[in-house]
Amino acid sequence: MELAIEATDLSKWYGKEKILAVDHVSLAVKPGEIFGLIGPDGAGKTSIFRMLTTLLLPNTGTARVNGFDVVKDYLEIRDRVGYMPGRFSLYQDLTVEENLGFFATVFNTTIEENYHLIKDIYVQLEPFKKRYAGKLSGGMKQKLALCCALIHRPEVLFLDEPTTGVDPVSRKEFWEMLARLKQHGITILVATPYMDEATRCDRIALIQEGRILQVDTPAAITAAYPDRLFQVKGGSMSATLRALNKLDGIIRCYGSGEFAHVAVPATATHMEQRIKDHLLAQGLTDVVVRPAIPTIEDVFIKFTLEKKA
Amino acid sequence: MSVLPVLLRKEFRQIFRNKSILTISLAAPIMQFIVLPLAANYEFKNIDLAVVDNDRSDLSRQMIDRITGSGYFRLVDHSASYAQAYALIESDEADLILQIPSGFERDLVREGREKVFVAVNAINGLKAGVGGAYLTAIIAGFNRSVVLDLMPTAAPAGIAVTSSGLFNPRWNYQIALIPGILAILVTMIGGMLSALNIVKEKETGTIEQINVTPIRKRDFILAKLIPFWLLANVVFTIGLVVAYLIYGIVPQGSLLLLYGFIGVYLLAVLGFGLLVSTYCTTQQQAVFVIFFFLMIFILMGGLFTPLDSMPDWARTATRFNPLTHMIEVMRLVILKASTFRDILPNLLAVAAMAVVLNVWAVLNYRKTS
Repeated sequence: MELAIEATDLSKWYGKEKILAVDHVSLAVKPGEIFGLIGPDGAGKTSIFRMLTTLLLPNTGTARVNGFDVVKDYLEIRDRVGYMPGRFSLYQDLTVEENLGFFATVFNTTIEENYHLIKDIYVQLEPFKKRYAGKLSGGMKQKLALCCALIHRPEVLFLDEPTTGVDPVSRKEFWEMLARLKQHGITILVATPYMDEATRCDRIALIQEGRILQVDTPAAITAAYPDRLFQVKGGSMSATLRALNKLDGIIRCYGSGEFAHVAVPATATHMEQRIKDHLLAQGLTDVVVRPAIPTIEDVFIKFTLEKKA
Repeated sequence: MSVLPVLLRKEFRQIFRNKSILTISLAAPIMQFIVLPLAANYEFKNIDLAVVDNDRSDLSRQMIDRITGSGYFRLVDHSASYAQAYALIESDEADLILQIPSGFERDLVREGREKVFVAVNAINGLKAGVGGAYLTAIIAGFNRSVVLDLMPTAAPAGIAVTSSGLFNPRWNYQIALIPGILAILVTMIGGMLSALNIVKEKETGTIEQINVTPIRKRDFILAKLIPFWLLANVVFTIGLVVAYLIYGIVPQGSLLLLYGFIGVYLLAVLGFGLLVSTYCTTQQQAVFVIFFFLMIFILMGGLFTPLDSMPDWARTATRFNPLTHMIEVMRLVILKASTFRDILPNLLAVAAMAVVLNVWAVLNYRKTS
């Protein structure tokens, strides 16, 4: 089966200094999957999106979207993809209804024709359809942007940080909508800096400084975490980390939410007890140490710290 | 199906929703016509005059009466000495000093000639020039009548010049100003608004959203230019009507010719706006760039300073100023009823600018996308 997105050796640099934003990236996204580009700000996610949506010419490499070359067949691609940029970029001085109608007409279709695609989302917007887009709340803006990106029934949907700046409830709803869109057979490429959203994707690519670190299903990526992980608590975070840093035999430790995470070699034994004893010996009280299941965030931190070392 | 109508509908919707654009487009011609010609006036009145009359004769008094009776001058002081009058110039109470020598009447009657001295405060060059010229003209007139009175038999042989203001018989400065204001209005609406509108799409990121649709650049650009082309024509029409209602100015030449020229001129101005918009990423940048050029266009446009008084290099430069051509044509057609042949050089120049600016803009637009 043909790939929905196929990028080979894609690079992009900017300016006279040739600052590398995307560093020889190759990607393969299958039709109908939700594929996540997970990485911190400045990792090159937006540049990859802009190249795939024909807004930016790659410096090296090629890419195809549904079989069409992003450079040669850019007009074909523009007919077939939906793009929701990270920044809200609909007409603020047009109403909800007018924005949607405008993008439908531009693609030579009507709101009615593809209403089934956006129905779930649009019913929430319907009460505000006479309101100017600029006057909507953040979550509503995202929903409208998604509707406008969907109204021409794209084959591939590009969502660049769709949930940045959106409250947790709206974020959850948003991902539920994406899951429903998947059932319509739309391929979705989504970029996000939120590690917790990664598990919502079928497959993810971890990206950092323009390079892809790993591509797999979220489960496979966390399962491949090579070290044993503990979550540790005892007094303040800084005191805990200071104490942990003095302990031999651990690979890395860092704060993660209310716990400190400690990675130790998979072969090490009795680590749980050793950590606990060590922290108590350092004068910490209320010490809790228990095994933890690695998350995407832990995988990411492992890459980041290894790179620094 | 072309998407142009869809884009145009969207543009018009946005323009009509933008209250400030509408207000300014409609109010600007009215405001400018009411305020500017009345305020900006080269017919100086109330020029403050200090007289140093060292003669104190009948004749000198007659001459002073003639000067003050002209209505242009206000006698602020009969100074005892030139130094005293000079102090008035220094304190800005007087603009001009007229010094009449002692023995003025005697010498004039006996020898048939005498000199008076006029000193002008030239800080305000225009006022000085005009005031000095008025004074000289009045004294010359007085001179003639004195000569006739004193020597009725010996009428002087010489060249007497009488003049008549063609196309503006009363030398009304307002009438000369209004076609120029119309030209500036049309330029501002066409150049500024179109550039700002395109840059706004860049600034708010909506152009990204447009670029991932099948909309062609050609349609996008046309949809930006057409509304402002029309709007500028509407504003011009309003301006013409207001000029008629307030000043009774009726275009003497063909309206068709007028609108035809503006149609082409607007292409040049819109091309200029488009060009600026391809180089700017924010509206703030665009405003500064356009303001910079508009200032030069207006100052070098021949409206406030006559082109003929400019040095050669500047006159050559004004040939590349679209506004110069526009102001010239407005004056020619509205006041002088010039025909197509008369304005053909202007038309060709503006058409050439339109082609150059638009091609440059479109090429640059491609490069950056």
